[in-house]
Amino acid sequence: MQPFTKHTGLVAPLDRANVDTDQIIPKQFLKRIERTGFGEFLFYDWRSDPDFVLNEPRYKGASILVAGKNFGCGSSREHAPWALGEFGFRVIVAPSFADIFANNCFKNGMLPIALTTEQVGEIMSRAQQHEGYELTVDLERQTLEDSRGLSILFVVGEFQRYCLLEGLDDIGLTLRHEELIREYEASHR
Amino acid sequence: MPTLFDKLWQSHVVREARGEPTLLYIDLHLIHEVTSPQAFDGLRQAGRKVRRPDLTFGTVDHNVPTTDRSLPIADAVAANQVETLRRNCKEFGVQLYDINSPEQGIVHVIGPELGLTRPGMTIVCGDSHTSTHGAFGALAFGIGTSEVEHVLATQCLPQNKPLTMKVETRGALPEGVTAKDLALGIIGKIGTDGATGCVIEYAGEAVRSLSMEGRMTLCNMSIEAGARAGMVAPDETTFAYLKGRRFAPDSDETIGYWKTLRSDDDAKFDRVVEIDAAQLEPFVTWGTSPGMVVPVTSCVPDPADEAAERALKYMALNPRTNIQEIAIDRAFIGSCTNARIEDLRAAARVVKGYRINSSVRAMVVPGSQEVKRAAEREGLDQIFHEAGFEWREAGCSMCLGMNEDILQPGERCASTSNRNFEGRQGRGGRTHLVSPMMAAAAAIKGHFTDVRTWQFK
Repeated sequence: MQPFTKHTGLVAPLDRANVDTDQIIPKQFLKRIERTGFGEFLFYDWRSDPDFVLNEPRYKGASILVAGKNFGCGSSREHAPWALGEFGFRVIVAPSFADIFANNCFKNGMLPIALTTEQVGEIMSRAQQHEGYELTVDLERQTLEDSRGLSILFVVGEFQRYCLLEGLDDIGLTLRHEELIREYEASHR
Repeated sequence: MPTLFDKLWQSHVVREARGEPTLLYIDLHLIHEVTSPQAFDGLRQAGRKVRRPDLTFGTVDHNVPTTDRSLPIADAVAANQVETLRRNCKEFGVQLYDINSPEQGIVHVIGPELGLTRPGMTIVCGDSHTSTHGAFGALAFGIGTSEVEHVLATQCLPQNKPLTMKVETRGALPEGVTAKDLALGIIGKIGTDGATGCVIEYAGEAVRSLSMEGRMTLCNMSIEAGARAGMVAPDETTFAYLKGRRFAPDSDETIGYWKTLRSDDDAKFDRVVEIDAAQLEPFVTWGTSPGMVVPVTSCVPDPADEAAERALKYMALNPRTNIQEIAIDRAFIGSCTNARIEDLRAAARVVKGYRINSSVRAMVVPGSQEVKRAAEREGLDQIFHEAGFEWREAGCSMCLGMNEDILQPGERCASTSNRNFEGRQGRGGRTHLVSPMMAAAAAIKGHFTDVRTWQFK
């Protein structure tokens, strides 16, 4: 997995709550058997609207998405973070995330950052107001900063942070406990 | 002191270490064609095997046509995905209930049906509605494809311990108000993120008196409230359902163990939500999120925020429209939420002796081949046929519209499925979530109607 340490990038504001994984990547694109090829279909239906935020030239190349609460709700499809990642996003900032979606992000070197509604609102309005608005995300220090004096501490699970920083394959980590797994199996026949 | 969840969690701990997620053992892993191919690829790339093929079962459901099964799958990309699962199961020694197997069906329907789903187990599947299996007093939750690969390789999953929420029901559900309405009522009350980070235990009189099918419907919708899982403590209803099923043991010792799987009387939950079941009515969703829901006797609400405004625009509805004045074009009875035999019986009871409205196209998609056979033995297919419903083969079908069963843009559907997201059942399609009885009644009337006043024939 691609490690995540520090990232600076353009911020795109998606001011909607409950963005579900059916919107992120509609079902007709889930038939592929590869992990790639989903980016071009990200937010497929919404992007058919020329006024959709990700169609605005000023957000082209954005790598940090700021959105409303309960982002990634619905289906467990990992195709959602695959599509977001391939489109160029590495960080999603929202007041809250659906559990499975957040898990899926961590497995793909993508960082979901949960902040308060006020903090997200502040970033959202800065991204809307200032063209070329960027944030720097430092996972080591767990900070989010812009060049206009904004500095926010965020919290990520200790283990998930470690795996992201190191780009670890957590299957390999589990397999280190082979003996414990065997013991469990032997005592639960 | 411990809750049912605590007991299930504790009995599956392989390893605990400070600052790390708990390594949990997984007793049953269900797989299907859509979320597994990349996981098997990962195994191959790393030179890993499936650790416990004997605890892994596959079927095809999301992508398969519900029409004539003797024909090949017309969509080449879908056919390739199905063929890939076939190849992977063969290569890694996993039992597959393939498209023409008598056991084929929606993964969350066949697990319980075969007795693979049992009390006390940990169950995962690369599908969010895995919460369904919690109806048996199992810890069951949906996972992503990387986690599917993790379980295939290790039969374990590192998990952070979720919080617990108890949904305590008071009173009994009135006639015509079903498990689906209870689920929608709960989501309407706590919101689609009301249980994020939690495992729900459903309890109280209304839950106890539900059949296993009803409990599955209820637990199935847990994810729509954001919950990691939903569960109901097993009881005589559970044991009776499991008796005689292919994979279910029925020794006194096993059942004795199952009986210990309940929250202690003094168990502490992180959150408790109370629901007065006796006050519930049949529900209809009006928006694009399952939490946008009102009783059938009320009106489309005035939008409270921008999301509601967007939803009303998408749904082409005006505030204060009487729900029973909303006309439908399609009716869908199916999905892992509501396509079990009891659901089809309930719908058929409404349909019997009627014809569907001439402006409605209606479809029944049984949850499994076994449900289909059972329904045909009882003559339910005849009732649906005579009323003008299409009677299909088993699969996920129009719940998510991955196959050709989709809504056309602008079509409005009374659906027994679980999600009314924008475009869920087809681009531009408008979905209203309801119970099977309500969907059947709407198909006949051509608009929503209160099934509590139905004239059964």
